[in-house]
Amino acid sequence: MPKLTIDGKEIEVEAGLTVLQACEQAGAEIPRFCYHERLPLSGNCRMCLVEMERAPKPVASCCMPVGDGMVIHTNTEKVKKMRESVMEFLLINHPLDCPICDQGGECDLQDQAMAYGGGHGRFHEHKRCVSDNNYGPLIKATMTRCIHCTRCVRFSSEIAGTSELGGTFRGEHMEIGTYVGSTITSELSGCMIDLCPVGALTSKPYAFQARSWELKKTESIDVLDAVGASIRVDTRGGEVMRVVPRLHEDVNEEWLGDKSRFACDGLKRQRLDKPYIKKGNRLAPCRWDDAFARIKDKLGGLDGSQIAALAGDMVDVEAMTALKDLMTALGSANLDCRQEGSAVDPNVRASYIFNTTIAGIEQADALLIIGSNPRIEAPVLNARIRKRYLRGGLRVGVVGPQADLTYKHDNFGDDANLLNDIASGGHMFSKILENAEKPMLIVGAGALMRPDGAAILACAKAIADKFGMVKDGWNGFNVLQTAASRVGGLDIGFAPGQGGLDTAGILDACGDGKVKVLYLLGADGMEAAKLSDTFIIYQGHHGDSGAHLADVILPGAAYTEKNATYVNTEGRVQHGRLAVFPPNEAKEDWAIIRALSGVLGKALPYDTLSQVRARMAEINPVFATVDKVQAAEWADFGAAGELLGKPLKSHIRNYYMTDPISRASETMAACTAEILGEGARTGTDG
Amino acid sequence: MLKDKDRIFKNIYGLKDTSLKGAMALGDWDKTADLIAKGREWIVEEVKSSGLRGRGGAGFSTGMKWSFMPKAVGERPHYLVINADEGEPGTCKDREILRNEPHKLVEGALLASVGIGAHACYVYIRGEFYREAEALQRAIDEAYEAGMIGKNACKSGYHFDMYIHMGAGAYICGEESALIESIEGKKGQPRLKPPFPANCGLYGCPTTVNNVESIAVVPEILRRGGSWFAGLGREKNTGIKLFCISGSVNTPCTVEEEMGVPMKELLEKHCGGVTGGWDNLKGVIPGGCSVPVMTKGMCDNALMDYDGLMEHGSALGTAAVIVMDKSVDVVRAVTRLSRFYMHESCGQCTPCREGTGWMWRMMERIVDGNATVDEIDVLQDVTKRIEGHTICALGDAAAWPIQGLIRNFRGDMEAKINAKAGNPAKAAE
Repeated sequence: MPKLTIDGKEIEVEAGLTVLQACEQAGAEIPRFCYHERLPLSGNCRMCLVEMERAPKPVASCCMPVGDGMVIHTNTEKVKKMRESVMEFLLINHPLDCPICDQGGECDLQDQAMAYGGGHGRFHEHKRCVSDNNYGPLIKATMTRCIHCTRCVRFSSEIAGTSELGGTFRGEHMEIGTYVGSTITSELSGCMIDLCPVGALTSKPYAFQARSWELKKTESIDVLDAVGASIRVDTRGGEVMRVVPRLHEDVNEEWLGDKSRFACDGLKRQRLDKPYIKKGNRLAPCRWDDAFARIKDKLGGLDGSQIAALAGDMVDVEAMTALKDLMTALGSANLDCRQEGSAVDPNVRASYIFNTTIAGIEQADALLIIGSNPRIEAPVLNARIRKRYLRGGLRVGVVGPQADLTYKHDNFGDDANLLNDIASGGHMFSKILENAEKPMLIVGAGALMRPDGAAILACAKAIADKFGMVKDGWNGFNVLQTAASRVGGLDIGFAPGQGGLDTAGILDACGDGKVKVLYLLGADGMEAAKLSDTFIIYQGHHGDSGAHLADVILPGAAYTEKNATYVNTEGRVQHGRLAVFPPNEAKEDWAIIRALSGVLGKALPYDTLSQVRARMAEINPVFATVDKVQAAEWADFGAAGELLGKPLKSHIRNYYMTDPISRASETMAACTAEILGEGARTGTDG
Repeated sequence: MLKDKDRIFKNIYGLKDTSLKGAMALGDWDKTADLIAKGREWIVEEVKSSGLRGRGGAGFSTGMKWSFMPKAVGERPHYLVINADEGEPGTCKDREILRNEPHKLVEGALLASVGIGAHACYVYIRGEFYREAEALQRAIDEAYEAGMIGKNACKSGYHFDMYIHMGAGAYICGEESALIESIEGKKGQPRLKPPFPANCGLYGCPTTVNNVESIAVVPEILRRGGSWFAGLGREKNTGIKLFCISGSVNTPCTVEEEMGVPMKELLEKHCGGVTGGWDNLKGVIPGGCSVPVMTKGMCDNALMDYDGLMEHGSALGTAAVIVMDKSVDVVRAVTRLSRFYMHESCGQCTPCREGTGWMWRMMERIVDGNATVDEIDVLQDVTKRIEGHTICALGDAAAWPIQGLIRNFRGDMEAKINAKAGNPAKAAE
């Protein structure tokens, strides 16, 4: 390990680090603009210059690898002057529009000008002015403010893998921009806003909405896909102003998909904020008591088998626990959280989670993707695959839809029967899996929703078994869920009980009149035709398709409005936190069910959140440990059978609209129109 | 004074046949296979002993540069890249070589490639040199046809290919790592060093980048021996050099001379002297636009080589001598150079991107007298804040002419400011 002296202090650091990192370890703060630990080096801002003894010129510490015996000075008069110089150069052409700049208050340039700037200007010429670009509905570009650090360019080419930004022209006329005015299409584009150290790239929907110091910041968990990215919800008063990512090395690093970041305006639209009862053909607002009384009235005299419940894609585990307990108390085993009819096995945890874990992707050396497009199903997870790919030595094969996954892969076609070829060892990719040390496969949620889902699952398991994907310390079998509630629902056992019906069975029974009352807990997208004669209770937060079918509506809380538990696709239990209160008369979901249980005379045995959570841990011990992935036991699952000839595809067609919140979001509608173009209006297939 | 027998570029004016046949008649391609047969080490040692310093401006020892290449060719191939992006204002030596002595370059490229273990050479020619690229391509084609290069070059058993890559007119692409980026198809922006090209250059492979003139003199050095070359000029400033003299002289020209020739002799012997006589001399930029301007007093006894000009606070650079007589407004001339640097800065790193424009604008105001005398000090300070703080040397090159101007011609600058009527600085006196 190289030993170097930093400001007179001897320090031993790991080889391969840069001088900047070594300085940080030695406690010497180095200002920087272009350097970012997750991006490739560029060394162009010159803010991190330090003095190195025996070097003819000052060195850019961000790019200089450490060497034994280096003597570095970061606190000399010369270094101070260099920093002042760079600050001065950066500021001469930077507009003085901080008062109207959205970056104000969280601007690196502002902060470092305060800390390292010279304090006065000597520039008496005209400032440069650059025309603004249109980067689409998400990023507001004020390019006059750009300091050419190229973080966005490097993000786009390295992390997002779309290479949509670049520099044009030379010298002081250099401009960062897209190729001839095109919009940015990456699903991770919002991260460029975070990376931009100045106000050149800011959030378009958030423009002029709030100042950073007015916001209350709540650390929470994202539920718009199944990755469960760590987020910070910034609120002012009762309003969610924006959502930004939080650091979580094992899940999202510091990235966040655009839907998760920008769909938050959907939280203010189409909300169910009071209970409703259907009177004639119209839903009329009512009091909570009336809604409960109507439900009690309807359930009176019904046998347990005539009642059923389905849980939707964004429901928290607490609510599902309460509803499951209530259904059990009512004598019904007809419950399912797989509203899309997925074939995963509720009894084998390994069959429905992402066993490898997201961080584990970085160890894989071969990857088979089955019926999934991870780029739109889980952009952050896809970025992790790309990260692994860039390191070299990862072969990716896809049996599924043609798509630009941002990394090189072989698409073998979308015929499910290819899986049999691979499993039998005759396919070219079989060799690759065979020779791989840590092979993995990802089965998309879309593949498991098909009528032959169980057979695909069995086939995938056969591939996993054959090529040694499951061994000591490595489990390469993965299901990529797309619903934030799915793993939690299965973990808590929100699935058909003894003799109970599953989703398809429930819907058929509704059509036959065998099920009289159906409780939709945030479940949308049901076929209306079969449900015309069923009494439907809809509990949820948005007036989406489920609410239109309802006879009684119980207004619940969205993910930013409750303290709730979610389990991500890896099986990681995480807690979301209340950032604002639910609107109007809406209530926390588990509390609604608890109140209803009282009215029905089946009072559930818990009154506080901690009691519900204790009950959850009692049902399944995984809920006792938060933010840890526990390896699932490998067992038999799936059912061998005929594979259908129809093409395997991702069930998400429009990344920007997949759930009630994003469907209510104007920003997401604009993305759909501007980025995907006409013809991509509806969100999901299946 | 260079004797005819020591002349390397015998056809620099294109008065004789420039084809392969003509070149061979003048001594090119003579027993090249024997030179190749002497091996890589011998070639590098011979060039080292000749004392040849890079003719592109920086003056780094060519043999030393070659010896930085990995000793054995590993998995990654080695490349020779020849820098023919001659864009420095005032410089017009490589152009003449490409036009009239292309076979010297092709043969030199082959021998230099043997010296560094390369089997492929890329010549990066600036976009404006269209005819020059044609001339070189003609020479390359002739050489291929005659079996001088290609598979089994000169029947030596050595394989060697040579390619031309045309630039698009950016001055910065003459910086070696920006040039490499440009060949790779990227935006011409200098790379950070380390890693140096000898370790990680073109396509990530060991690469040596040399100037056209440095390569073109190699065959003659190898044929006559390094000691012959070392015997010309002065110690550490050996050999011959092409000088390009432009500006206020009676007959501007590109001429081959011995290193260390007195400036006065150079101008009077080859260029018909300064217009209006030696005493009409105002100043000289001795090495292309990147080096500081010298006063007449300095020019009187300056020797034209690396160390000779260093003594006077300037540099040999590319040996493009820009002469200015007393009719020239030296402040305006340097202002024009400032504008050149503003226009040609690549825009990658902060001090150069922002500073070159700032300096040019201040210079414009000083030329017009719309400035205060104090601002000359601000200008000096700004140049000091750019110099040495950038990724490549363009920042330094932009700063030096202005520093030289302030050092040597501050009086002229102040005069312009004071001459402006109603100047607040003057009114305050």
